[in-house]
Parts: sequence; C-alpha cells; structure tokens
Amino acid sequence: MKKSLTLLGAASVLFAMTGADAGAQQTLAQVKQRGALNCQVGLPTPGFYALSADGKWSGLDVDMCRAVAAAIFDDPDKVRYQSVTSAVRFTSLANGESDMLSRTTTWTAVRDSQLGLEFVGVNFYDGQGFLVPKASGIKSARELDGATVCVLTGTTTELNLADYFRANNMRLQAVTNENVNVLVETYLGGGCDAYTNDKSGLAARRSAFPTPDDHVILPETISKEPLGPVVRHGDQNWGDIVRWVLMGLIEAEELGVNSRNLDEMLKSDNPNIKRLLGVEGNIGQGMGLTNDFMVRVIRHLGNYGELYERHVGANTPVGIPREESLNALWTKGGLMYAMPFR
Amino acid sequence: MTAATQRSAAGASRTTSIVNDAFVRGVFYQLLTAAILVGGLWYLVSNTIENLSQRGMAAGFDFLGYSAGFNIVFTLIPYREGDSYLRVFQVGIANTLLVAAIGIVLATAIGLVMGLARLSTNWLIRNLARWYVEVLRNTPLLLQIIAWYFGFFNLLPVPRQSIEWGGTFFLNNRGFYFPAPVPQDGFGWTGVALGLGIVAAVAIHRWARRRLEATGRSFPSVLVGTGLVVLLPTATFLLTGSPLAWDIPALRGFNFRGGLSVPPTFCALIVALSIYTSCFIAEIVRAGIQSVSHGQTEAARALGVKPARIMRFVILPQALRVIVPPLISQYLNLTKNSSLAIAIGFPDLVSVWMNTSLNQSGRAIPIVAMTMGFYCAVSLTVSLLMNLYNRRVQITER
Repeated sequence: MKKSLTLLGAASVLFAMTGADAGAQQTLAQVKQRGALNCQVGLPTPGFYALSADGKWSGLDVDMCRAVAAAIFDDPDKVRYQSVTSAVRFTSLANGESDMLSRTTTWTAVRDSQLGLEFVGVNFYDGQGFLVPKASGIKSARELDGATVCVLTGTTTELNLADYFRANNMRLQAVTNENVNVLVETYLGGGCDAYTNDKSGLAARRSAFPTPDDHVILPETISKEPLGPVVRHGDQNWGDIVRWVLMGLIEAEELGVNSRNLDEMLKSDNPNIKRLLGVEGNIGQGMGLTNDFMVRVIRHLGNYGELYERHVGANTPVGIPREESLNALWTKGGLMYAMPFR
Repeated sequence: MTAATQRSAAGASRTTSIVNDAFVRGVFYQLLTAAILVGGLWYLVSNTIENLSQRGMAAGFDFLGYSAGFNIVFTLIPYREGDSYLRVFQVGIANTLLVAAIGIVLATAIGLVMGLARLSTNWLIRNLARWYVEVLRNTPLLLQIIAWYFGFFNLLPVPRQSIEWGGTFFLNNRGFYFPAPVPQDGFGWTGVALGLGIVAAVAIHRWARRRLEATGRSFPSVLVGTGLVVLLPTATFLLTGSPLAWDIPALRGFNFRGGLSVPPTFCALIVALSIYTSCFIAEIVRAGIQSVSHGQTEAARALGVKPARIMRFVILPQALRVIVPPLISQYLNLTKNSSLAIAIGFPDLVSVWMNTSLNQSGRAIPIVAMTMGFYCAVSLTVSLLMNLYNRRVQITER
C-alpha cells in the first residue's frame, strides 16, 4: 500500500511532466474554480494534523489550510485534505495534485532551490530530539552510542540523525520506515532504543501512547527545524497569498486582534490594525483576494496565538509550552515576527 | 532469407509497381515503426526535460556523486554515511540480490518438500501439505510480510533477554546474531582441497556415466562424489590445525557487537517470501510429477528398478521439463516481490533508492528510471540463465 503510493507518486511525476504545463500562474483561479483548496497534510499526527473519529482534520498545520481557504472563500471548510506519506509529499505538490502543503516540513536550501518548491514562512520553530523509554535510564543523547534509533525516512530528521552520530563518533543503527505508525509500533515493541523526530512531533506522538509518562524526551536538541507551509515554485502570487495569511495570523496576535474582539477592532483607530483588517489600503486586492481577507481568517479561526493554544499549547494533550520558546512572539523573546502589513 | 527469396521472385517477374513489392513494403513499415518509436521516445524525453526546467526542478545524473548522508541499517557491502548516492544504489542492489538469492534457495527447498508431501500416500502428510499451500498462497504477500514482522520478529525479547543457542547464536527483536568466520594463516589449503574435491567428483561422475552407457554397470558416483567434496576439505582443515577462528557476538551496551547479524526486517522478509513462493513451487512440483504417467512407474517397477532410481532416472527427467518454465516465473516473482520490503523498512533497492534517495535528492526521474532498469536487467538475466538450463533438461528429440 505504502509502496504503491510511492510508486504512484513517482509514476505520476513521470507522466504529469510529459503532459502540458498546467499554467504556473493560475493556482488561485484554479482553486476558485474548483471551489476548494487541495491542501496536503501528513499521516495523522496529534496537534498538527489529527484526524478525529468522524473523519475531521484538525491541528496547527490543518488550520493553515483552513486559514487560506477562509481567506479565499470566507469558509474554512472548503478544503480537500490530501494525506500522503512524507516520502511523496514534494512530488505530490510539484506535480499539481496539491495546491499547498502544510505538514511540519522543514525549510532547507536544497528543498527550496532544487525541488521546484517555495517555502513561504515558518509557523513552528522546532528542533530534533530523542524519545526514550524512562526505564532505559538514559539521560542524554550522548549515551546513545551503539543504539538502534527509529527514524522516518526521506526526512531531514534522517540526515540530522546520521550527522549527529558521525559528529560525535557514535555507532548508529537506524531503523527506517516511511510510515510513522510502523515506527511507533516498532519503538513501543522495543524494536529500537530511541525514536527521533522533531521535538514537537515527539511530544505529539507521546501524547497518544498508552502510557505517555513512561517515555521521556532527552534534553539535547540536535538540529534547527523551521517548519512551515510550502507551495509550488513558479506561481509567485499564490505564494504571496499563503505567506501573507501566515504573516497576518502572527501580526494579528501582535496587534491584539483575536476572534473574540474582532468586531471592536474593526472600529479601531490604529492604522496598523486598519491595514491588517482591510479597513484601509488594498493589500488583499493586490493579491487577488478581498481586502478583508484577514477579517475572514480571524473570524473563523483566530490569530496565531489562539491556533497555538488550541492545538499544541500547554493545556492540550500535546502540551508544548509557548512561553520563552522560539515560538513566542518576538516581543516576548521568541522568533515569531510578521513582516510589516503595509 | 525469406525476404530475399521473395525479392528475387518479385525481381524475376517485375510486372507490378514497386508499391506492391513485398520487400519494399516490409522495409517501409519497419522504418515507419522505428521512426514512430524513436520519435515518441524523443518527444517524451524532451518534453519531460523541458517541463522539469520550467518548474525549476533539477534533472540529470550529476547527483550520483553527491554525498548521501543517511544511515542504512543493513548493508552487504561496506557503506558509510558520507558515501555517494551511487554507492547507495549499489548497496540497494546488493541487498535486493541477497534477499532474492536466499529467498530462491529456501523457497525451492520448502516447495520441493511440500510438493512431494502433497503426493504422499500418508493421509496426514498429504492434507497438512494441502492446507499449507491453500492457506498461504491465498493470502496477500504484503499482509504476510507485515504479519511476520509485527506478529513475530518485532515481538521477540529485547537484546538482554535474547533467545540463545549455545552462547553463539542469538535471536532478539534487533535481529539474528551469529558468529563470523575469521580465516587464519593456512586456511587457503582447505579451499584448495575443496576445489580438488569438486573437480574429482565431477570427473568421477562423468566416468561413471560413460561406464554405465558402455557396460551397463552402475557406480555410486553421487555418494562417492559427495564424500570427496566433504571429506577432502575436512581432512585438510584438521591436518593444517583448524586455521579458522570465530568472532562470536557479545552483548555490549545496547546490543550485541561482533559476529554477523541480520535485522528483524530481513528475517521477516525472507521467511514471508520463501514461504509464500514455496506454495506456488509446491504446486508446480506436484503438477510436474503428476504429468508423468503412472504407467512409466509401473513399467520401471516391472523391470525391477529400485524406487529411488525410478524417481531419479524415469520420473524427474520428464517432470523437470514441465517444472522448469513455470519455476522461472516464480523466481522472477520472488525477486520482484522483494521490493515489498519497503513496508517494513528493510533497506532493499526500492526502499533505499526509490524511497529514501528519491526523497532526499528529489531526482525522481533518473532514480525511477535506474530502478526500473535494474529490475528489468535482473529479470532478463535470471530468465536467460533458467532458459539455458531449461534447454538442457528438454528431451532430445530424435
């Protein structure tokens, strides 16, 4: 099944490439005509792209899809979710099956420049860590010499893992699979000594374990993992839309605009708020949207802070505290910083 | 030849126009087909390259020299993280061929036994074999691979509680660990003795056959040959003072070190592939033997031929003619089915090359093309070898 997905993805690239070019500049028009946004997420992962029992997607990354749909259609539900393995994610985006992907994907130079992709921003700053059973008594990643480590294949995580063990002259046995569920089963069955992923991913996975408290995340962070939405290269306007929806979410939090006070804020005299909400200026129209696109987004979903607390914040099962982390606003010592809305 | 004959015939009586000349027409259609084929291929390739560059996606084979940077849990040939993508390709090929080779040997052995058991006169053996075949060949292979991995090899004890045999073989959920032979000075003589034994065995076998044909007197050449191949090297080995040390795996840190080992995914893959394919081989063997009419057995018996010799000289030579062609297909199937390894993450060619490397380098087209090229080449080679063998066992028609 997974294999056939990979093959299908690869084969569809072969054939899609030979067909006529689908028109690089028209993603927005295509989305409008289709009446839905094709948004790619990963295999269900708590907090970021979780699938409920009745088949509804939710999560921080899912809300990026919903925010873009809200900006275009004023309806966050006009999204067709495409859940594929990480191994075929870029192929699926590059050949036009997805309009965008939002699935804890790390922004790297090679991906940005050589795969026909465009990273539009960062919606979560992460770093790679290790999850080990508490019973193992391991306190530091440096104690993992000779360990068997479970890792998702085709990810930056896989490369960072090899780099870290090489740099520290440790022996590594990497058990790889492209299906995170197979890896988690293997880890829980004792098939590997540690499971490595972005720390947010580890926390998310652990929250779904039968006994989350029996597992600890080691203190070391071995890499930088800026995660964010990605679009296809070549349609700058579409990239702008996704980028500025993300910026708008962050800007809204910085300006104190949220889903509860939105109506008051629409009457605000603050020119920054007026521009963000389209009361002044024509930022939205310049991208082929309406000027009030951020009003739509905030009304349906809220600002970045609301999204964070709803899906991955300290009060959720995933429980990643935001204070003093890289994901706090820049005004609070973090890295979340929106370019000026003007 | 035919075309030339036709041409001379047409030339001799050139009464019709050149348009109706069979030879000219033949050449024309051949050229037309070739032109369409080449043109179509050129169109696809150039269109692909054009579209790739339009989308800003890199193409070409230059990435083969780049450093791959990821770890591979099991490699038959040496590999380090800093090695190139080309090396990853070779690692994948070696792993796939290893699985295919071991799988083919095991599947053939199990299949042969099961096929003969299907024909057993014992009711219990016959029906056990029948159920074995019917159940295992009628469930999907992918399911069996996953079942063997999650249902057995992943549930084995952790390294500290390994199942062990005599302190030298260990089985745990990280793999199967066994001693590695380390040849010492003088081990070469054992190899020489083995070579001599094989040469002598072949020579004796040929001599025995000639004598049988000439005089009708038989000689137990297989028994003597086997004895030579086994005894000669063993004697040499002992006489030169057993020059072979064993590197026995030992528990250190997280896991066993030293010796040789295969990961649980390898075990699961081999077991599933061999068992699944053995069902088909069993049926092929059974059909082959049943295709030889029972009258021949009775005739041989009436002449006083011993049962073992009936099998060897009367039934098998005829059965093999029926068995070998479908057997080739099963070997090819097993080789190609080994690509299902990706489901449990064994690093075969499809897993390390078409999945990991494709994803890390983003070069879908060269990588897919190289993978397809490899499977095609392997299948054609296996097919060629088996066809050569098939030609040998075919009846010499007189």
